Amino acid sequence: MESYDVVIIGGGPAGLAAAVSAKEHGIDRVLILERDRELGGILNQCIHNGFGLQIFKEELTGPEYAKRFINRVKELELEYKLNTMVININEDKKITAVNREDGLFEIQSKSIILAMGCRERSRGALNIPGYRPAGIFSAGTAQRLVNMENYMPGKEVVILGSGDIGLIMARRMTLEGAKVKVVAELLPYSGGLKRNIVQCLNDYDIPLKLSHTVVDIHGKDRVTGVTIAKVDEKGKPILGTEEYYSCDTLLLSVGLIPENELSKELGVEINPVTNGPRVNESLETTVEGVFACGNVLHVHDLVDYVTLEAQNAGKNAAEYIARVKNNISNKAEGAEISIIAKNGIRYTVPEKININRMEDSVTIRFRVGDIYKNSYVSVFLDGDRISRKKRLIMVPSEMEEVKLEKAKLAAQGQLKTITIEVEKE
Amino acid sequence: MEKKELICVGCPLGCVVNVELEEGVIKNISGYSCKRGVTYAQKEITNPARIVTSTIKVEGGEKPLVSVKTKQNVPKNSIFQCMDDIRNVVARAPITAGDVLIENVAETGVEVVATKDVGIDVGTST
Repeated sequence: MESYDVVIIGGGPAGLAAAVSAKEHGIDRVLILERDRELGGILNQCIHNGFGLQIFKEELTGPEYAKRFINRVKELELEYKLNTMVININEDKKITAVNREDGLFEIQSKSIILAMGCRERSRGALNIPGYRPAGIFSAGTAQRLVNMENYMPGKEVVILGSGDIGLIMARRMTLEGAKVKVVAELLPYSGGLKRNIVQCLNDYDIPLKLSHTVVDIHGKDRVTGVTIAKVDEKGKPILGTEEYYSCDTLLLSVGLIPENELSKELGVEINPVTNGPRVNESLETTVEGVFACGNVLHVHDLVDYVTLEAQNAGKNAAEYIARVKNNISNKAEGAEISIIAKNGIRYTVPEKININRMEDSVTIRFRVGDIYKNSYVSVFLDGDRISRKKRLIMVPSEMEEVKLEKAKLAAQGQLKTITIEVEKE
Repeated sequence: MEKKELICVGCPLGCVVNVELEEGVIKNISGYSCKRGVTYAQKEITNPARIVTSTIKVEGGEKPLVSVKTKQNVPKNSIFQCMDDIRNVVARAPITAGDVLIENVAETGVEVVATKDVGIDVGTST
């Protein structure tokens, strides 16, 4: 059985950055396992531009962003296996995988980085009534078909959900000659970036109907139309507001779910809010030596932040390996302090911090549950407010962050809890 | 006096910026919360431009398509002409990211370049 120091599950943006970082921090035996036919993950189908502004200070397309890391993987001569599906990881960090060349095989690793990304919520998760005709796609599937497989899903399109993938696909289908009739959004605000609302919908006169949802899908063999209705503040359709749209295609852009089947079988604890592993300041899950980063940990809106997080995970895995090799215990002294998300903050990543193990500062990423204007993000240590930062606006679709400094946490003495909350003026 | 309403894309606030024009000249800009709103409105009114990204068909490649982009912004009103040109081109593998696939798309003087590598088809089943 082959053995490695660090095996990375997934060769998308998170896996690539984590692998490069582990190698750069001195680990030689690194392996990436990727189930697709090429490295790069979902970036390969995101042919639009706007990636990399934070990290490279320029606007790249998805494939260009991926290529920068793929080039680095090749320069460093990192090992990777494509078309390879991991089917199990056990608590001894033995990985079972399968591909056409090696068949079913096992790999022993000292450390594992989970970087499997996320998948799209499907029609089944929404309970939309009606037949099950052809012509219903998740927006990401349609994106792959159009941008990579040279296949147009349809000619007349209705999109449910105004997340960024839905908006991007509204423009993409329009450019390829389809008629996008409407984008319906259940919530009273869009889940997408303002820039995408303007440049993907307004530029092409595609209407966005907020507080609307699909209540019926028509057609038996192929979609022939959908019925859209207005919803009340609880999200329930309002009788009498139904409108019929004829179409041959319905795209669903209704949320992403971190893909954690392997993590669950391995026994890592999952946070029910993020659907991703619970991690500490080192991005280590509740199973020692198993780290997580990118969309498998929590769904990001910018790939730049995935990269930063993954680089951190790679570095932490490298340090873990260094301790294992030098027979130094990986159990840090002192207690793990919980970070509590309160008053409008839905979750934080990480959710635990060990002061002795943390670096000079740790970035805490979080999302808010509603739109907040002219508010403050406050950090409390056992009830004492240590910071209060003004935010002009916070929206659920944009990830926020605060930095916690080791010096401040250490100065608090017997610190038990850190609380992060939204405060109004 | 002509009035136009824009949504600033500078941040999630999405200010509605009102622009008053007289014979195509900006007379007044209002509704913005910061300088970005003014810059955005000026650019959107005088010269709205976008990067166009799409795909071009590939012959003899390991993949059927190569992703492409206009190397610079093109005028917003030429986007569909750009798409017509892009649709009528077939590229031959191998292709390297950065290769120029169209030299002067829709008479804009802008190049269309590949954003991805596509190797030649060696007859694998993947």
